[in-house]
Amino acid sequence: MNIPQNLKYTKEHEWILIEGSTGTIGITDYAQGELGDVVFVDIDPALTEITKGDSIGTIEAVKTVSDIFAPCSGKVIELNEKLKDSPESVNSDPYGAGWMLKVEIANTAELSDLLDAAAYQALIGQ
Amino acid sequence: MKRTTFYNIHKNLGAKIVEFAGFEMPIQYSSIIAEHKAVRNSVGVFDVSHMGEVFVKGEKALDFVQYITVNDASKLFPGRVQYSAMCYEDGGIVDDLLVYKIADNEFMLVINASNIDKDFAWMQKNNKFGVELKNLSDNYSLLAVQGPNSLKVLQKLTDTEINLEYYHFTKLNFAGVDMIFSRTGYTGELGYELYFTGNEKVAEEVWNKIFDAGKEFGIKPIGLGARDTLRLEMGFCLYGNDIDQTTNPLEAGLGWITKLSKPGFIGKDVLLKVKEKGLDRKLVPLTSDEKTFPRHGYDITVNNEKVGFITSGTVSPILDKPIALGYVDIKYAEIDSEVNFLIRGKEIPAKVVKLPFVKR
Repeated sequence: MNIPQNLKYTKEHEWILIEGSTGTIGITDYAQGELGDVVFVDIDPALTEITKGDSIGTIEAVKTVSDIFAPCSGKVIELNEKLKDSPESVNSDPYGAGWMLKVEIANTAELSDLLDAAAYQALIGQ
Repeated sequence: MKRTTFYNIHKNLGAKIVEFAGFEMPIQYSSIIAEHKAVRNSVGVFDVSHMGEVFVKGEKALDFVQYITVNDASKLFPGRVQYSAMCYEDGGIVDDLLVYKIADNEFMLVINASNIDKDFAWMQKNNKFGVELKNLSDNYSLLAVQGPNSLKVLQKLTDTEINLEYYHFTKLNFAGVDMIFSRTGYTGELGYELYFTGNEKVAEEVWNKIFDAGKEFGIKPIGLGARDTLRLEMGFCLYGNDIDQTTNPLEAGLGWITKLSKPGFIGKDVLLKVKEKGLDRKLVPLTSDEKTFPRHGYDITVNNEKVGFITSGTVSPILDKPIALGYVDIKYAEIDSEVNFLIRGKEIPAKVVKLPFVKR
């Protein structure tokens, strides 16, 4: 199980890469493994703002569908357009090509309750 | 929780194991889509040993099968298989099943794993013919070998020339084991199902020999996940999803196996009335051009009013679009009828189409 040290995690299995005030968001290796083949990442192209804990969109896998929850609040800077044609990147490279969106983090104080790699590893019992 | 004779093989292959009908079964080994495509393009092997096998024996075996199932088993001869269903008196479906005529006074009934106890009790309750009923479900291993290259793989492992028509079977010594060798399956592909008894060691040997023989064709183990997407691309019903005790075979599109001209069988009187009165609703195949997928239990709507519900839905790995089965009000059951999938509060345009979703 791949759990990079430089990321923060949610209990709902999202990751966020924090670089200054920019956050890049995706779902974890564990999450993609549980979902199985991802066939569509459904995030409204008109989405401009996200609120911590709210659903950003959904991930459609062959067997099931799952919400993506916002690990922080903020303005949307960019959506990963490439997922439209290659949603399978979420499975093959969840922390790289499988990223979902970039946001301008509204309030860095909100980040304090995110899990570090060790805590996330403990959560999923690996 | 029960395990099949192939459990250790699944474990060693790193399968994702889930509970299904009281068994620990592999849902996928690598990826549902990759496994699905392996079956469509070459060959794959499914452990379906969780399925139930009930043997019916006795002078009145045919009478019993005729009474308890809706299809006409008098048409069968030894070596012939038939798709059928058992109904309750009210026309609701107890289970769908395969009826194998083994000999003049012997049948094998192959039933769904989730229904074994219920079905066997139903059979015993309705055994007014004094036939011998044996539930040998725990004794039988069952492998389904499916895909365009299945015959080439399997022929390597027996001296007998395999020359079976669809829905025919034979008793065969295969890979050193005596078995019931049947040209049946749940995928729409050329394929075979192998019923045999014996312990884990026997079963593992058969499995390993098939995989050795299939190496040159890239043979793959296939989990229940791909089994479901493969059957849905063909529009085959799944008990518990598309059919159950609340649905009758006529509205489920199983009129073709329901022989209402056959003398007395359980459910016949009600089904005759249903036919006379006409259907209120029908199970139809549906698809849409959007990348949002209908799932079991979602509503089907027209102008935000519910006109039906989805019983099975997924993405078709071959078409890369949504495919579903669902019951709709009879006035929307015609091909090309326009309805909606109600998905997370949004109406997604959908259309009634013809089966199969994927032409073979």
